[in-house]
Amino acid sequence: MPDPSQHFSLTLRVNGAEHRVAVDARTTLLDALRDRLHLTGTKKGCALGQCGACTVLLDGRRVVSCLMLAVMAEGRLVTTIEGLAQGGELHPVQAAFVEHDAFQCGYCTPGQIMSAVGAIREGRAGSDDEIREQMSGNLCRCGAYANIVAAVRDAAAREG
Amino acid sequence: MQPFTYAPVADAAGAAARALAGAQFIAGGTDMLQLLQENVLQPGELADLNGLGLAGIGEEPDGALRLGALTRLQEAADHPLLRERCPVATEALAATASPMVRHMATLGGNLLQRTRCLYFRDVSTPCNKRQPGSGCSALEGENRHNAILGGSEHCIAVQPSDFPVALVALDAEVLLRGAEGAERWVPVESFHRLPGDTPEIETVMRPGDVILAIRIPSHAMRWRSHYVKVRDRASFAWALCSAAVALRLDGEGRVAEMRVAAGGVATKPWRLVRVEQELLGHRMDRDRVRLAAVWASEGAVARPGNAYKAPLLQHTVERALLEIGGLA
Repeated sequence: MPDPSQHFSLTLRVNGAEHRVAVDARTTLLDALRDRLHLTGTKKGCALGQCGACTVLLDGRRVVSCLMLAVMAEGRLVTTIEGLAQGGELHPVQAAFVEHDAFQCGYCTPGQIMSAVGAIREGRAGSDDEIREQMSGNLCRCGAYANIVAAVRDAAAREG
Repeated sequence: MQPFTYAPVADAAGAAARALAGAQFIAGGTDMLQLLQENVLQPGELADLNGLGLAGIGEEPDGALRLGALTRLQEAADHPLLRERCPVATEALAATASPMVRHMATLGGNLLQRTRCLYFRDVSTPCNKRQPGSGCSALEGENRHNAILGGSEHCIAVQPSDFPVALVALDAEVLLRGAEGAERWVPVESFHRLPGDTPEIETVMRPGDVILAIRIPSHAMRWRSHYVKVRDRASFAWALCSAAVALRLDGEGRVAEMRVAAGGVATKPWRLVRVEQELLGHRMDRDRVRLAAVWASEGAVARPGNAYKAPLLQHTVERALLEIGGLA
């Protein structure tokens, strides 16, 4: 095992590409994505795991990237909001958010969409109640919740 | 966040060595990152336990269930055997935090989650748990979320996790590996310590100890069980109060075995022995359940901000008992 160190040179696998980055042990996955890889679609809200703005997929599962050290994400498959659209075509959940006007200021939206993608993939978007429960870790200060539920329901039905 | 060094460890012996040299452990990281961000903890070194291979849930030859300490909360909440045989555990896990946090946080870490007391998390205020001897700001301060049971004049901080409350109802044990390599089982009921005059010491773990697993005994597999959590919001909130009940009825419908525990109201997962005694040997009916549940708040010390928790606890326990008894 390596000796404890304060500085690391890592390979992060993000949206299908490998990125070599130098980080401090303290650097969160969120800060590495935004400040080193310049993938600023992932938003920084509370930095305490309470708002969900920084939600990304890690090996296909929803996580909050603010509560993970970048050094602990080495070798894992990270998907951010930038990795959803394929060939210029919006992901079905992105399209549903546009169609249902499921946002106002948009700051929480990347996290909402990543969380919805995860919930649908996990098979946990079967009813409005389940969607509300499953999306409860993603706060929207504009209060677009009703349209968010509609967008997730619609996207789940289309993908299902 | 203050600077620190980081290294993964390959095995429990390596983890113990790092801990004895002053390192703090990190596994899921969901609580640790918050504590680091807010400077509540300022470790010189973090030792990453994720390489220890302690994830997964399995059945033992005698029918007990063994849950690896690094199993993620969501994986445990979804586990078919656990859902079927120990619903109180999976209900508690499913009601914990958010889906994202449940994908990250570990069962072992959940046992060690630090209190959400406002003053413990705010380094600008006195707190005996964070800085021994500095005083308790919660006693006369904002104590709506603090404990009415198990507190002392030095600390009334709540142990905030849901899962250990369910584990107490299930008579579960924690497997610890000591720094010298010896393993020992500790009942979850006696894993956490009362604050007394040393609120900074929260469990019976010793320096270099590593949590390896949790075991739910075979006799608990015969029990019906249920978890009720009361919170400010319908989801993603700490328990103001919770109740975990597990019981077996005999052929005549009388309570043959029962364990009841409460969360959100006490400084550690709180077993309600008197409530159990009131029901053991009896058929559950609404009146008996209501009268038994009154004993839930026996010994409570209420303060202006948290006095509501005594009746809330009684009613939460009553509801859990009525629901499991088919009387709701």
